[in-house]
Amino acid sequence: MIFKVFAAQELGRLFELLAVNMIVGPVKKGGAADGRVLYDFAPVYDLADLCLDFDQTIHSAKKYLLPYVEETCSFKLEEVGWEKEVDYGGNQPLVLFGLHACDINALNKLDKVLLAQPYPNQFYGAKRAGIFIVGHSCQPTPACFCHAMGTDSVLHGCDLFLTPLGDDYFVEIMSSRAFHILENLNLREPGRDDHRRFQGVVEQRKSLFTAEVDTSDLTKILDMEFDSAVWAQWGDRCLSCGTCAQVCPTCYCYGVEEVVAMDMKGADKFRQLYSCNLLDFAQVAGGHNFRPESRSRLKYRYYHKHRGFVEAFEEALCVGCGRCGTNCLADITVPEVIASVRRGEVDDV
Amino acid sequence: MSKPSCSKNGWPQGLDDYSHRAEITNVYALTATEKLYQIQIIDPVARRNFLFRAGQFVMLEVPGIGEAPFSISSSPSRRGDIELCIRAVGTMTNFLGRLERGVMVGISGPFGTCFPVEDMVGEDVLLLAGGLGIVPLRAPIMTVLENRSRYGRVDIIYGARRPSELLFGYQHAMWRQFDVGLEVIVDEGEEGWQGPVGLITDILGQRLGQGERCQFVDKTNAIVCGPPVMFKYVCDMLIKAGLPMEKIFVSLERRMHCGQGKCCRCNIGSTYTCVDGPVFDYWSVLNLKEAI
Repeated sequence: MIFKVFAAQELGRLFELLAVNMIVGPVKKGGAADGRVLYDFAPVYDLADLCLDFDQTIHSAKKYLLPYVEETCSFKLEEVGWEKEVDYGGNQPLVLFGLHACDINALNKLDKVLLAQPYPNQFYGAKRAGIFIVGHSCQPTPACFCHAMGTDSVLHGCDLFLTPLGDDYFVEIMSSRAFHILENLNLREPGRDDHRRFQGVVEQRKSLFTAEVDTSDLTKILDMEFDSAVWAQWGDRCLSCGTCAQVCPTCYCYGVEEVVAMDMKGADKFRQLYSCNLLDFAQVAGGHNFRPESRSRLKYRYYHKHRGFVEAFEEALCVGCGRCGTNCLADITVPEVIASVRRGEVDDV
Repeated sequence: MSKPSCSKNGWPQGLDDYSHRAEITNVYALTATEKLYQIQIIDPVARRNFLFRAGQFVMLEVPGIGEAPFSISSSPSRRGDIELCIRAVGTMTNFLGRLERGVMVGISGPFGTCFPVEDMVGEDVLLLAGGLGIVPLRAPIMTVLENRSRYGRVDIIYGARRPSELLFGYQHAMWRQFDVGLEVIVDEGEEGWQGPVGLITDILGQRLGQGERCQFVDKTNAIVCGPPVMFKYVCDMLIKAGLPMEKIFVSLERRMHCGQGKCCRCNIGSTYTCVDGPVFDYWSVLNLKEAI
């Protein structure tokens, strides 16, 4: 990997160079009841609006690759037959500026299931091909457990990754596109002193993680505890609202709906992101529901993320960003659920 | 020298969206609720290249109404001239029930795993169907019949609720002509019904009790398809009789929106029914929680 260092005031130049494209980054979105500032990814037109010191955004940047609602095709209905139009989109390049390691790793996981499989998702692929990612290092919040999921650092999946070192930025260059863009900045080779400062930042960040998740042998333990009473207790608390899936950077389940135009001359097909916690997720025609209780749906959410995906791709479908726990209306968090499954009982909260 | 765009080479727009235009060429009413749809892929090249194997399914799309998975019920040797047997239960299938021939639909697929009938050559085949389970079973039945001389003993045990709900009755005589032991049983008899009344397990018990089969039990393959409640009882009996779990195949069904391992709706814990299934051997099923 190629490392460089540039002075902090050069960041504006980088932003300018990238701004020939649409830039999406973390911006202030409002305040929570407890006084926390809430951030979210949104288009940024001025470097001053870009909040690179954000703790966590409400939603992940997933929405720019997997929109909540996406038209997959439209039909022109004729007397006999129909014409179908498919547009994979992705014609407009997009810069995602300031993604944390968790969100970049989340996109890497999505790539595995949506692209590196038979029948790649063309809509996702089209958008992914046109995306330029600037990663940015983070300060863990109490909800973060990416270190436990092995997603606390970025090895690939972004174009460049920035780590602030006081007045400088330490930059890891991961693509030739990024290399060429950075040629326009005043870069210098990192010295031994920079390396030591970088390692100091890494150590300091490591010490800030508080949430712990023990994932050793988790796939087996989940199988053993399939009938555990723990699931019923969490299931009774779960409101089946689907918030966790909405904020999750790795959830990709969807449903498909077709809508006929009012004049009956056309129809559109939509793909809408869904959640396995919603009541009718596994309900089939005729009314049979394979998972009628919230406990079995909640359980399957964990089975898919921490067992099934591990079996298929040798990694969990969770990056430990903690968004699901932070936003859960019933205070269900991944570290607590997994700890309780391991223990075999739920602590009363 | 900033580049005007951050895009890589872009994503090729002309890529296949995995779907074919097709025409419903015939509709036959089989019972009060089930109809058999003969569907032909329009493009002759795509039709010829539509290679599927017994047990696979397609996503059938009616533009503006919806898209749903259906097992292919015709012989793989007929390629892109497929037959789907569909019961009217939901929005889409009720709409299909009102369609006549000549209507254009979309077919994507074939998707999923298949019954490995090629691996069963030289051995006995036991096919067990309950209710609508005969629909996905018709494809392996056809394949076996087309290559009848290559298989040992072939038995079909088919159970339905009532005689009036029996499917493909017009073909039963033909199946028997191919030296196939076909037994049909119904839960409740109706006027004119002279066959046995009871459960599919009754007939299976009699069959498994026959000494000649038990001698070759490790050379017997079973293909089972039916309502969830049937799988457990039938598969338990087969295992007790000594059939290896790797030779018992079931076809499962779940809600599906894509058929391509993307929408997660058919997920059984660790497995997608659409990509890793719908056909599973019983050993895999035992390793899936709450599969049946």
